[in-house]
Amino acid sequence: MLEELTEIKIARRDLLVNSLKGGGALVLGCSLPIDALMAQTSDAFPAARDLDPSKLGTWIAVHQDSSVTVYWGKMDMGQGVDTAIAQLAAEELDVNIERVNTFFGDSFVAVDQGGASGSTGCSNSGVALRQAAAEARLVLVEKASARLGVPVEQLTVNDGVISAINDASKKISYGDLIGNDFSTVSLEWNGRYGNGLGLKGRAKIKDFSEYKVVGTSVGRKDLPGKIIPETEFAAHVRVPGMLHGRMVRPPSAGATIASVDKASISHIRGAQVVVEKDFIGVVAENEWDAIKASRELKVNWDESDAGFPTTSDELHDYIRQADVEKSEADTEIGDVDATISGSGHVVKAEYEWPFQTHARMGPALGVADIKGGEGTVWTDSQKFYDGAILAAKFMGVFEKDKEVPVRAIWAPGPGSYGRSDSGDGVADAIVLSMKTGAPVRVQWMRSEGHAWDPKGPASVISTRGAIDSSGKVTAYDYHLKGFSRQDVSSREDGPGETLAGHLLGHDRPRRWTMQQPANSYGFENKRHRWSSIKSLRDMASPLRTSHFRDPYGPEVHFASESFIDELAYATGDDPVAFRLKYVTDPRDTAVIKAAAELANWEPRTAPRKLKGADGVLIGTGISYAQRNNATNAVVAEIEINPRTGKIWVRRFFVGSDYGLIINPFTLDRTIEGNLIQSTSRTLFEEVRFDRKTVHAVDWASYPILQSVDTPEEVKITKINRPELGPKGAGEPVMRVVPAAIANAVFDATGVRIRKIPLTPSRVKAALDMA
Amino acid sequence: MSKKFTLNVDGKSHVIEADPDMPLLYALMNDLEKKGPKFGCGLAQCGACTVIQDGVAIRSCVTPVSAVTGNIRTLDSIGTKENPHPVQKAFIEEEAGQCEYCINGWLMTAVAFLEENPKRTDAEIRDLLAGLQCRCGTHMAILRSVRKAADEMAG
Ligand code: FES
Ligand code: FES
Repeated sequence: MLEELTEIKIARRDLLVNSLKGGGALVLGCSLPIDALMAQTSDAFPAARDLDPSKLGTWIAVHQDSSVTVYWGKMDMGQGVDTAIAQLAAEELDVNIERVNTFFGDSFVAVDQGGASGSTGCSNSGVALRQAAAEARLVLVEKASARLGVPVEQLTVNDGVISAINDASKKISYGDLIGNDFSTVSLEWNGRYGNGLGLKGRAKIKDFSEYKVVGTSVGRKDLPGKIIPETEFAAHVRVPGMLHGRMVRPPSAGATIASVDKASISHIRGAQVVVEKDFIGVVAENEWDAIKASRELKVNWDESDAGFPTTSDELHDYIRQADVEKSEADTEIGDVDATISGSGHVVKAEYEWPFQTHARMGPALGVADIKGGEGTVWTDSQKFYDGAILAAKFMGVFEKDKEVPVRAIWAPGPGSYGRSDSGDGVADAIVLSMKTGAPVRVQWMRSEGHAWDPKGPASVISTRGAIDSSGKVTAYDYHLKGFSRQDVSSREDGPGETLAGHLLGHDRPRRWTMQQPANSYGFENKRHRWSSIKSLRDMASPLRTSHFRDPYGPEVHFASESFIDELAYATGDDPVAFRLKYVTDPRDTAVIKAAAELANWEPRTAPRKLKGADGVLIGTGISYAQRNNATNAVVAEIEINPRTGKIWVRRFFVGSDYGLIINPFTLDRTIEGNLIQSTSRTLFEEVRFDRKTVHAVDWASYPILQSVDTPEEVKITKINRPELGPKGAGEPVMRVVPAAIANAVFDATGVRIRKIPLTPSRVKAALDMA
Repeated sequence: MSKKFTLNVDGKSHVIEADPDMPLLYALMNDLEKKGPKFGCGLAQCGACTVIQDGVAIRSCVTPVSAVTGNIRTLDSIGTKENPHPVQKAFIEEEAGQCEYCINGWLMTAVAFLEENPKRTDAEIRDLLAGLQCRCGTHMAILRSVRKAADEMAG
């Protein structure tokens, strides 16, 4: 996924930081207990650092006890990426993994590498830091060479101790070499911030054949503190003088404020209303008082222009008929139209995907302390660097290419899977703090987390294929029509991208970005087109759309891989054999074979309609897709209760290739998490709405997968390709699951269901019709 | 009107001042500064706020402070890094959870039913954990962890 990068330098602000909180005491090259460094409580900041990306010291510090701190400009939300970064650095530096800590989550301490984005934690930022670590080792070894009088080639490093290969008595530790300051060592920086930030240097990266730490299952470093529980989450941040804020949302989408009866909450201790244009919230010293005030405040809403032009029931016909804002073909090989119109055997199908909500485990949370043209924001957002830019823009103090006078601090929160509500929560906190002059903590309520986050876009996907008399596919046509995946940006760096900004009337950019299938099918004539349509409300819409884990991936590949299955059967081929016949990338071939082998795939050219005990319908389906140089194939084995239509995915079999595997144990869990979340989206999830408002407001109105729905088994074959380096694993397998399940439904029943979610009622209705 | 309440939490007694209808969760997070229980829904639908009252897992987000009568245990007190509870130990070994925001609910619910009776079948464990949410989709590792802890506790 390409991010639109904001090329901004978030740089040294020592004075500001020190004046804010007294500062910490990290000095490059000095030993400091790492716990103290990591203690990012609201009243103990680490000192701001020089953040010139072209200086080695910006990225790495080696301390007197030979421990190492790596400064990382993304963050981890439980997939173990910070641990993987530590592994990459430990490997290049030749130190034990225990010595390496990954510092992240503070815009004054680590350079912006894009936050969590596009599964690029290892593939981009990890590769940059690996180079920095190799460079640090080289610098230290050269220094040791001078001290010991031994040529560099005759030195070896073992857990941070540099010694002469021929004379073990000649040795010195990294810690003893301190006094050298990496801030004077230059790296070649490609001039970019964000995901694309790259570093080059003199040092040669270790050959993978020598790996000792990379490829091993180091335990997640963050985990014990969250289970024992000592870790401070963003929800625990408390700032002196802080007020608790809650927002007040309208009864219908786009309703405006006619009048506010402030006296309606005068009986609640210290409660104040903050209202400007259509932005309305309350603050109070005590959290429960703020909640009560938000519930009891009387607002007269003007609903004359509120609501949506359609409902969730009619949505897909609405999409079919909607005016197109922008249309493009991302892939166009040969002449698809001529081939199809000249063909005697054309297969067509249309697929539908609903709006889905991120519904993070905890709704949005933001804390902001804005004063006198400066400030600090605390957030659990995966794009936390944007929080500082966002605040500066709300404050009107943002200048391009200048230092941002706001510090953004990240702390753990509920898992975030793209552009969730977190950026909107920060925006609310910023506005409330600006208006009250006090630090404000805003916690959204559950209904807001479901109903008011940016949604995963709904779409209709039309496909056509032409088959010649020999059974060969001669043309493949694919057209995605739906809402933009960046109706609001995946970045959160401008008021116009946030709900608060919309309510305050800030200008907002409009973008028409979509997605195409990612595969290596070598059809002679092949086209991937998309058409993007306007959101259902222009401003402050609860159905504004943005990135939701693997943006447009599940939607697009539900359709493309269901249709590949349809083509396979139409040509009289087995779905696995068909895919193997047409894929042209050997890595794709390998994962498809691996998944099929794990599943003991039984070739078929018609649905098998197997029955198990109690008459349950049993089927298996396969699907595969690439994503940014990773590739996965999944076989789903399902059971359907014929009386209720309920689907249970009993087993998943996965063939995966993420290039270099850094940590196999944690990678398995990352894959499992994707499989389950994607299964949930496939089977259960749809945002329901009527002409007035959104009705997905909690876990009852928007259920997700439960313990009882969990598969019995997940089997994974991971193909390790160290020569390729790490490819992101955070989300690529997400997109493969929906079609695997839908294809299994076909195998079990002979019925093709082309609409998500595959709820019991939809499946039952389809079975009854068959 | 706010009143004084005495809460017995993690073996200590605390006097707090609050509205009688304020849910216990806010006392735990704000007055007692507990790190385990989290706000997930406030509707008894997710379990993120779970604590154990006299051996029974309850949802502190819908339990008014005025209704708290027994001894409350939170995740903060069930184990230490040196001596984790068997359920905590299993969750760490299995790397259950991702963001860990939900994990308090799964852990505390499992602690309550395994301390009551550690001999549980896989099907029972699935049933007893129904109604807890995990948006990161880490159910596989959670179920493996609870199985492992149950086996260890059953001895
Ligand atoms: S926060 Fe209590 S059940 Fe969700
Ligand atoms: S681990 Fe993130 S919600 Fe469960």
